[in-house]
Amino acid sequence: MHPVITLVAQRLALGLLLLLAASVLIFIGTQILPGDVAQSILGQGATPETLANLREELGLNEPAVTRYFNWLFATLQGDLGTALTNGQDIASSMGKRLGNTLFLASVAAIIAVPLAILLGLIAVRYQGRWPDRVISTVTLATVSVPEFLLGYIAIYFLSVKFRVFPSLATVYDGMSLGDKLYAISMPVVVLVLVVLGHMMRMTRAAILNVMQSAYVETAELKGLRKFTIIARHAFPNAIAPVVNVVMLNLAYLVVGVVVVEVVFVYPGMGQYLVDHVSKRDVPVVQACGLVFAAVYIGLNLVADIVAILANPRLRHPK
Amino acid sequence: MSDMLLEVKNLKIEATAYPPGEAPRDITIVEGVSFKLEKGRVLGLIGESGAGKSTIGLSAMAYGRGGVRLTGGEVLVNGRDVLQAGPAGLRALRGREVTYVAQSAAAAFNPAKRLMEQVIETTLHHGLASKAEAEARAVTLFARLGLPNPETIGRRYPHQVSGGQLQRVMTAMALCPKPDLVIFDEPTTALDVTTQIEVLAAIKEAIADTGVAALYITHDLAVVAQVADDIMVLRGGKMVEYGTTDTIINRPAEPYTQALVSVRSIDHNEKSGGAPVLSVKGITARYRGTNFDVLSNVTVDLPEAQTLAVVGESGSGKSTLARVITGLLPPSAGTITFVGRDLAADFEARGKEDLRELQMIYQMADVAMNPRQTVGTIIGRPLEFYFGLKGAEKRHRIQELLDEIEMGEGFIDRYPAELSGGQKQRVCIARALAAKPKLIICDEVTSALDPLVADGILKLLLNLQKIEKVAYLFITHDLATVRAIADSIAVMYRGKVVRYGPKSQVLAPPFDDYTDLLLSSVPEMELGWLERTIANRKMEAAGN
Repeated sequence: MHPVITLVAQRLALGLLLLLAASVLIFIGTQILPGDVAQSILGQGATPETLANLREELGLNEPAVTRYFNWLFATLQGDLGTALTNGQDIASSMGKRLGNTLFLASVAAIIAVPLAILLGLIAVRYQGRWPDRVISTVTLATVSVPEFLLGYIAIYFLSVKFRVFPSLATVYDGMSLGDKLYAISMPVVVLVLVVLGHMMRMTRAAILNVMQSAYVETAELKGLRKFTIIARHAFPNAIAPVVNVVMLNLAYLVVGVVVVEVVFVYPGMGQYLVDHVSKRDVPVVQACGLVFAAVYIGLNLVADIVAILANPRLRHPK
Repeated sequence: MSDMLLEVKNLKIEATAYPPGEAPRDITIVEGVSFKLEKGRVLGLIGESGAGKSTIGLSAMAYGRGGVRLTGGEVLVNGRDVLQAGPAGLRALRGREVTYVAQSAAAAFNPAKRLMEQVIETTLHHGLASKAEAEARAVTLFARLGLPNPETIGRRYPHQVSGGQLQRVMTAMALCPKPDLVIFDEPTTALDVTTQIEVLAAIKEAIADTGVAALYITHDLAVVAQVADDIMVLRGGKMVEYGTTDTIINRPAEPYTQALVSVRSIDHNEKSGGAPVLSVKGITARYRGTNFDVLSNVTVDLPEAQTLAVVGESGSGKSTLARVITGLLPPSAGTITFVGRDLAADFEARGKEDLRELQMIYQMADVAMNPRQTVGTIIGRPLEFYFGLKGAEKRHRIQELLDEIEMGEGFIDRYPAELSGGQKQRVCIARALAAKPKLIICDEVTSALDPLVADGILKLLLNLQKIEKVAYLFITHDLATVRAIADSIAVMYRGKVVRYGPKSQVLAPPFDDYTDLLLSSVPEMELGWLERTIANRKMEAAGN
């Protein structure tokens, strides 16, 4: 069998195993949270009888292992359970939220990834000169500022002072794509600024590393232009580390947007998770955790596979 | 102006050095070098590492490697001073008028691109031909350079062809845009001798066929004697001697050139007999996770205070044999007897005495030493570890060892980075001797050194053998080294010992096919050797 297929299959299997491990951790994590779910649902006025009834109803008296496997098998069949607080089906209410989050993340990614790579290439082309310094300093600054602050700064300037974008990113069914894009422009700006620096700096470092290679000298002695050398000869050999960082940032765009979503009141996964954590709605928290873990593992898996495919030694064995 | 292609006048090249703990200062790398090259001629630049030969070669492309600056003189290519050319002028020069063949083709090819794409890139970039024409020319060149499957080899990636083939593809890449001048920078140095002769012949033929002029850079005088019309000998960035190949090889005027020509003049009388200090019997070994034997049924003996040379090309299993003997790679069959004791297969199961009496010296002295330890610490470590020496006693012994390797007291507090290549290797020898071993395994210990320095190391090793009664298992691919120091020789090929015995027998006819090939491939310091050898081989092949 082609070695790439074997390697990719290995990675996939590892990814699934990792996801299973993550599900165990999520379950344990939510179970050892202090306090009693029934108690917190019923509040101060609960009588011992109602508490016992609710525990029975929620299956909390079963041993933890049984509850874990019940939860796991239900999840595998697409049943994420019902929210304790409002009795709604988690899968359907989370589905819409997840869609919104993925929409926001993809728009941010479509802008940020090519921009970061292009800026990285430019920074290498003018290494040590002013374009490199400006790019490196500005992106470092945007990475360093906490995203909520970045959000409020953006609101102050773009919404309050110049009134170009709406400060609330409200989206609902039936909006046209253009309206939606306009609505999310502020969180997109903030997210792009947050992830740009990391990806750009990694691109720059990875390419600079490759620029020391003998084949870059060969290209230079062929009389090629500097930018051609960087884009054609250096970049293809720097893909693996760049893809890894890109994927980490994409994962962040899905998993780490909580703060940005809250700042702009965007109806995504982050808002949903924060709401239900504060209400101690364990099934929702578990479901969110599992989805986040799946996204995270999935994207890193993609990064691994791309890195494998980018390696000509593996793609074209002797 | 008629046929003059390259004219270098009074070239000066500088760089900035950053000595640790001192202010950066400018150093002169090349000074006062002048030469001329006419169309269709080949000039050999020869010298040891640091002589500035690559730097001078690259000056024809106005290229300074690693921050090197071309600060003085003129370099005229086709009458234009390339040192005064702007970026656009340089791009027009490089790859069009002058092309470059690097020492390590394996590193000089982009691993992510197919060979053909890289070979024709220059031609397309400079707009010299259409893609189809360029590819056709590349295929013709592949065929002329004797590459297998010239039609399809261009579709391969660099890692899919061998080192010798890659070097030929690189030559094709340099010739494809029909340049006026090609710079060959040690194109065969990284190759096995048996491959080197083929590549050398291919390069020579291609130069003759295309009528291109060439600068041929190498440290091996015997190699350059085969391809160059003229030779310039360089040392420390200055010209030592410049003349026709015939003059330089047969009637060198300068003492330094004479030393280069007569290198490897070590007198060593073969010893024989004696009880074996090391007996390797029927060793078969393979690396974990692979399914072929790297060594199969290897049996050799090494008597006390003698030298067994293990020769063979890369991949023949000679370094693996060292790994088996040192216990780094437990064999799947066979036994090793050392000073009358059976050695455990795995070094972790061996006693301290076994470890002490069997020491090792490596090819790359720089990476075999901790750069953050002083020479004294490096040599002192085995003294502490094996003999528990401390303080003044230890320092005294370190001093003795430094004297033995002909390095003075001043070196005890120096760091490896402050030593030359030869000095580093000497420190490694002292470290091995510090353990008072019965056997030292020397793995290509002179391969990374310049000929004259290597000669010094070999003489030192022979002297130490007399004083310390230590045996050497000497692994090398260099037959001149073998002639210089071996008492007995094992020739290895694809994991097997194909020829084994006292030096006088192994190096005397009748030969087996492989030993014959190996011996006849070693370049000799005489004009016309290459043509004669190739012609002989063709006749033999026709005769069979």
